[in-house]
Amino acid sequence: MSARSPDEAATVEGQPIVSEKIERPQMAVDIACVGFGPAMGGFLTTLSRSLLNDDGSVRLESATSPGLPLQVICCERADGLGFGVSGAVTQARGIRGSFPGVDLTQIPMASAVKKEKLVYLLDPGRASHRSLAFKAADRVLRSFGFLFGLKHDAFEMPFTPAFMRKHDGLVLSLGQFNQWVSDQVAASGAVQIWPGMPVSEPLFEKDAVAGVRLADQGTDLNGHPEAGFTPGMDLRAALTVVGDGPVGAVGRKIDEHIGMPPGHGSREWALGMKMVIELREDSGLEPGTVLHTIGFPEPEIFGFLYVHPDRLASVGIFVPSWFRSPVRTGYRYLQHFLLHPYLWRHLEGGTLKSWGAKSLQESGRHGEPFLAGNGYARIGEGSGSTNVLAGSGVDEAWTTGVQLGEAVLELAENKRAFTRENLEATYVRRRRESWVDHESKIAADSREGFQKGVVTGMIGMAVAGLTGGRFAFTSYGADCKRPSLEEAYGSRIPPAELKQMQEECAAKGSSLHDRIMDRCGWPQIPMDGKLLISHQDALLMGGGVQAAPGYANHVIFRRPELCRGCETKLCVEMCSAQAITRGEDGVPGFDREKCVYCGACLWNCEADGDGAQGNIELRAGAGGLHSTLN
Amino acid sequence: MTNGYHIVVCGSIVPDPLQTLEPILAPSGPALKNEMMLPAILDPWAAHALYEAAELAAKVAGSKVWLVSIGPKAKLQQVMMTIAQRVSFEFVPVDASASGFADAQATAAVLAETIQGIPGLDRARLLVFGGWESASRGAGATMQLVGERLAILDQFQGVDKLNLQADGSLEILERIEGGRHQASTCLGPPALFGWATGDLPEPRNNPQVGMANMRTVMPALQRAKSMPLPANGLHFLSASPPKQQRQTRVVKDLSAEQIAREIAEWIGK
Repeated sequence: MSARSPDEAATVEGQPIVSEKIERPQMAVDIACVGFGPAMGGFLTTLSRSLLNDDGSVRLESATSPGLPLQVICCERADGLGFGVSGAVTQARGIRGSFPGVDLTQIPMASAVKKEKLVYLLDPGRASHRSLAFKAADRVLRSFGFLFGLKHDAFEMPFTPAFMRKHDGLVLSLGQFNQWVSDQVAASGAVQIWPGMPVSEPLFEKDAVAGVRLADQGTDLNGHPEAGFTPGMDLRAALTVVGDGPVGAVGRKIDEHIGMPPGHGSREWALGMKMVIELREDSGLEPGTVLHTIGFPEPEIFGFLYVHPDRLASVGIFVPSWFRSPVRTGYRYLQHFLLHPYLWRHLEGGTLKSWGAKSLQESGRHGEPFLAGNGYARIGEGSGSTNVLAGSGVDEAWTTGVQLGEAVLELAENKRAFTRENLEATYVRRRRESWVDHESKIAADSREGFQKGVVTGMIGMAVAGLTGGRFAFTSYGADCKRPSLEEAYGSRIPPAELKQMQEECAAKGSSLHDRIMDRCGWPQIPMDGKLLISHQDALLMGGGVQAAPGYANHVIFRRPELCRGCETKLCVEMCSAQAITRGEDGVPGFDREKCVYCGACLWNCEADGDGAQGNIELRAGAGGLHSTLN
Repeated sequence: MTNGYHIVVCGSIVPDPLQTLEPILAPSGPALKNEMMLPAILDPWAAHALYEAAELAAKVAGSKVWLVSIGPKAKLQQVMMTIAQRVSFEFVPVDASASGFADAQATAAVLAETIQGIPGLDRARLLVFGGWESASRGAGATMQLVGERLAILDQFQGVDKLNLQADGSLEILERIEGGRHQASTCLGPPALFGWATGDLPEPRNNPQVGMANMRTVMPALQRAKSMPLPANGLHFLSASPPKQQRQTRVVKDLSAEQIAREIAEWIGK
């Protein structure tokens, strides 16, 4: 249990930073799990109920600790099990299946969906970047608004398309849900979940995964050992369950090592940024209300508002990768979204309770990696389970975890090894035969139209949704390179002025996007100290960010010369927490004490020029946001 | 000390201080709004005491550490997922409110009764550790009251340092006014120590420690006794969080001296 293995220490920019062999502690378990989210919740809930018999005797015996049940350990990067996630509205089919007879609305901040609307938001300030089609639509609606019931610069669609509806579903705080699930799982005593334990990489033995290596502790920011250095433990396991989300270090390293299925790749992304707001008493919003919005603050940016019990609401936006702006950002857009008259009439007088941001893997089925291999299996969002047509990921992720749990129990009961063949015959088969896979096929190409524009994209979604996926645009793999600053804003700002703004912002280290928004006519945010507050105050008041000392930086700029040659530095503009700043020598600076691990930097970097892989490496990191309200 | 110490650490949980805390008046008295929804941590003062206990136990063969915690079971379980990775201890949970509005006498009575009920605890080897203060119970009286109920006469409060002497005695540095320490020598157990900060860094997370601890933590939680914390006639007229005035400015690479000067100037305005 405590043997040690010599190995190389961590590396910086691909080079070993400790040249001598170091001794790493080792521990053997049966199943090592990476990341605690909805998928892992489903997996551990399923598994933990069957490791012991009703009389407490061992049902499935451990190979590493004879006489004991299967030894299952789950390592979570964040400091708490409800941190670093986001609220959701979900149909909860899979989740309900795991808790028959349990009233899930009793989970804190959970509510049954009671009212659902799809709302088109016009641009009250006429500052957004609207295409001719959107301008025409706005003009028609403004001219004949009395016919369409236009109110508060918004048009409530007469119906929500069936493929988007979450009827009979739940509004959840995923932080509270994860905490609730972890309580149930941990109380069983059958499995162990460890927060604050980042996993740096999988342990490969040729093409098999033999466990994971935990991050080194007691290092400086560059990964050099300091006093109290503790090399990351090698956690050896017959099965490694990877549920570390779309930007998790272990999943991405497996993709690099094993490769992706032909034609698959994670190209489509979105940054979700949200606030949890305590509403004023007469806000007029009832628990269970769900609003989906389109049209504002930019046509490409979708928004949402979910109402929880106790006068709490989750309000946020999605900034997608196909929003062709070289300076797209999140926080200021979110503030303008709150201020839209249709929403502000409810939100005015509210108080920020929590804030958060996360990357969403929006490639869906096209981003699906190999779901299983020798010694490992992939579940959840990082396994391509998100339904990009329905805009639904939590229930799908949960269900993939349940499917793997059932498969593992089947294999363990029959004393069969966790080989690729066996996992494909049990886990992958279950997944392929389930509603998750069936609906994922329908959704596969539904968003392809967005590569050509928002209107095309919406038509594509509608066609795919209404025809059960039989018809859809198929442009996967098409050029999706972002335009230059001049191409994006040249029609509104003279190139010389744009260049000057760029140079001034670079010199001051300030946000170019903020400056461009001002110039394009976006109004200043009327700060109120409660809800409309600065970006840094949102971090402080919205849960706070902490980074335990003794860990290395987890955002690495691999080739500094590429950063120096990058004009737009979208990593800086897009950083959800302003943790990445313009560095003095042209290479961005990184402050891990602000990072919320949203991963936006990873997919917004095109510094290597081919658009496939950026110049940023996102490693396993400890800490992040401290809020369980999201 | 040939047989090692029996070190009992009293450590409860508090809401994660990074959260926005809002006192409310519930039918049962003052409370924090949505406290069960907020993440919790081991009280930072008690956490120092626990780390000092583990350090001392590691130095003296045969020693053992117990952690006695009062709090709602679900919250204790969440906190143990983090704490149990760091140092070895046997967990003794008490299922009761962890509200900062509990009466110190009632809290001390429950702690003392629980300590007396620990099987195999040897008073001749007993050292009781705890936080001198608490992030939620600022009375600074609970540990002293625990000591009185356990009839422990050697009590030290505001402890910053405990040195094990060659003859087995303990040298203790207690905080006194003026930033100075009072040095005392204690011949040995039983004794009680209300820790100020100690000087140990937070131990590293270690899955091996966690695995060993959790084999006893979960059964202990399942057995945890539910105990009332009577108000004993204590009434709160009002409760309010400290007033805040927030002004944020993002700067990089300022020296500690510059930061201190700016803060002092800001406060002086």
